Amino acid sequence: MTSADTLTQIASRNDYLAFPDSKGRFGDYGGRFVPETLMPLVLALEEAYEAANADPEFHRELNGYLSTYVGRPSPLYFARRLTEHFGGAKVYLKREELNHTGAHKINNCMGQILLAGRMGKTRIIAETGAGQHGVATATVCALFGLPCVVYMGAVDVERQAPNVLRMNLLGAEVRPVTSGASTLKDAMNEALRDWVTNVGDTYYLIGSAAGPHPYPMMVRDFQRVIGVETRAQMMEIEGRLPDALVACVGGGSNAIGLFHPFLNDESVKIFGVEAAGDGMSTGRHAAALAGGRPGVLHGNKTYLLQDGDGQITEAHSISAGLDYPGIGPEHAWLHDVGRVRYLSATDEDALEAFKLCAKLEGIVPALESAHALARLPEICAEIGKGGTVVLNLSGRGDKDLATVAARLGVALGDAG
Amino acid sequence: MSGGRIQTRFAELARQNRAGFVTYVMAGDPDPDTALAILRGLPAAGADLIELGIPFSDPMADGPPIQRAALRALAKGASLEGVFEMARRFRETDQTTPIVLMGYLNPIVSLGYGPFAAQAAAAGVDGLIAVDCPPEEADPLADALDAAGVDLIRLATPTTDDARLAIVARRTRGFVYYVSVAGVTGAKAAVAADVAPAVARVRTASGLPVAVGFGIRTPAQAAEIARVADAAVVGSALVDAVADALAAGEDPVARALGVAADLSAAIRAARVPAQAHG
Repeated sequence: MTSADTLTQIASRNDYLAFPDSKGRFGDYGGRFVPETLMPLVLALEEAYEAANADPEFHRELNGYLSTYVGRPSPLYFARRLTEHFGGAKVYLKREELNHTGAHKINNCMGQILLAGRMGKTRIIAETGAGQHGVATATVCALFGLPCVVYMGAVDVERQAPNVLRMNLLGAEVRPVTSGASTLKDAMNEALRDWVTNVGDTYYLIGSAAGPHPYPMMVRDFQRVIGVETRAQMMEIEGRLPDALVACVGGGSNAIGLFHPFLNDESVKIFGVEAAGDGMSTGRHAAALAGGRPGVLHGNKTYLLQDGDGQITEAHSISAGLDYPGIGPEHAWLHDVGRVRYLSATDEDALEAFKLCAKLEGIVPALESAHALARLPEICAEIGKGGTVVLNLSGRGDKDLATVAARLGVALGDAG
Repeated sequence: MSGGRIQTRFAELARQNRAGFVTYVMAGDPDPDTALAILRGLPAAGADLIELGIPFSDPMADGPPIQRAALRALAKGASLEGVFEMARRFRETDQTTPIVLMGYLNPIVSLGYGPFAAQAAAAGVDGLIAVDCPPEEADPLADALDAAGVDLIRLATPTTDDARLAIVARRTRGFVYYVSVAGVTGAKAAVAADVAPAVARVRTASGLPVAVGFGIRTPAQAAEIARVADAAVVGSALVDAVADALAAGEDPVARALGVAADLSAAIRAARVPAQAHG
């Protein structure tokens, strides 16, 4: 084969890294479906992000905080006992739960808070479901001395009380949202209402790879560090790329962060795991790809849980972080083009995996991450002995102990 | 249709040298029959143009009054088909008052732009305001509406600068809706002194009449805006009238139409003595 042939082959092959396009589209998904009041703001944000991204000083500053404050790089750990338990491919865990604040969310918050500073914004707002993104946002706001308002569904305020206290201690104001079903989707509505009202000084720090362009691209870029490190770590440990990647998908920021640097490596099989709640057949789930259809919500076109008339329906998951009726637009596209296979795990599956990981590896995973762990048996069998699987352990499970205790019928007592 | 009800109505208003009164009704709020009775009574109460809200589960640009109205309507089984049915029933008694649907994109995407436009036109709908569909995303929707003869009405806001105004004006038809405050519906009060130059700017850029809304609740505010704009839009105050009447055990139709009549009277008196504008 001549080098000209090779070039032609490369050019004609899918280049998954070429998206989004200039309109913020991943195929047919994404875009900027926001009210006119916000259009100038998202366009200005895109411009500011591109300028920052092209500035070596921005990356130098970000990398400095990631190494000295967040604690990066996070380790890639060979999970020997889980590997033996499943009896197939070798399982590696990307230890994002060891980051400061206990999840991958801080990677994105650190990038966006530096961007907000460059843009001269003086007030930060965010939405949160489980509270992990709220805590990460409150943390970086404390670090830079910026006032922070976190919108959180009133139901989530109840079920994630420790995180509410953490946010308050970090100086953030948590505003419970009582509209709709009082969960993450409603918190995002309320944050958008705040942004449309406070257009001059306020920066909306979105926590997932969703929302209007440039958020899905920008959040992905800030989370890519997960995949970039994994790639280097696998080359160092195994001397070759992994055979498979797996991560849980709600909005999908931890997943896209791991997946993106591998999308053009067609030897790497990639699996996302959605939350199947009580089971797909019950209709009580949060699996937008498996159980939804394309529509427009929160600034982007993507798969959504909705009824026949286009009304958004409620998501259901034991994991507050996956309890959202949509999914990031890049995942919608990767699903349609078949580059990533999306599976699902029920609440029950996730609980079993949660317990298994704690018992075998001494790691209490977040319930979100436990959804990915729950699909390891099939994936390890498919890849087989001699192969390797990297799972993104996106968060730690301390925040979920009350939820797990309730499900297992354990009383935590007053000390909890 | 171009030269349709919207154009005819604004031409009449210009001849009479008065601002139009645009009211908002959430389709199906609090139930289909009551909403239809309000809708049918509005022209006699002085409404020159009616926005008919499409209920949506996640109205991210609306304040609490319209959010609650949408939920009340959805709880009573509101649907896009129900919205079209309301428009059809209204047209049985009124052939001249323009009806503009106002809502969010997802129910429209769900039905499909083509079928939506055709069914809206068949139901006697004259225009559409799609709150979360900025010009950059609007071409496929605008194509479908053009083919059916339904006007896509664009929004301009305090954050829309001159460069964007050209983009907003490019394919807009009927009139331009100027959102007078940065905020959600019904939350902040519009300031006429700020609105006047903005209206002039939008009128020049688009060559179309300008209706002003989002921050008008009282007859006095409506009159102030009526002095500077081609139409004043009142939404949340009417929707609140329905909610208040329900809470007080009174007739929502009478309450909403009473509020509308007061607003209309204030708008009609606003430009006396007459003072023409461009």
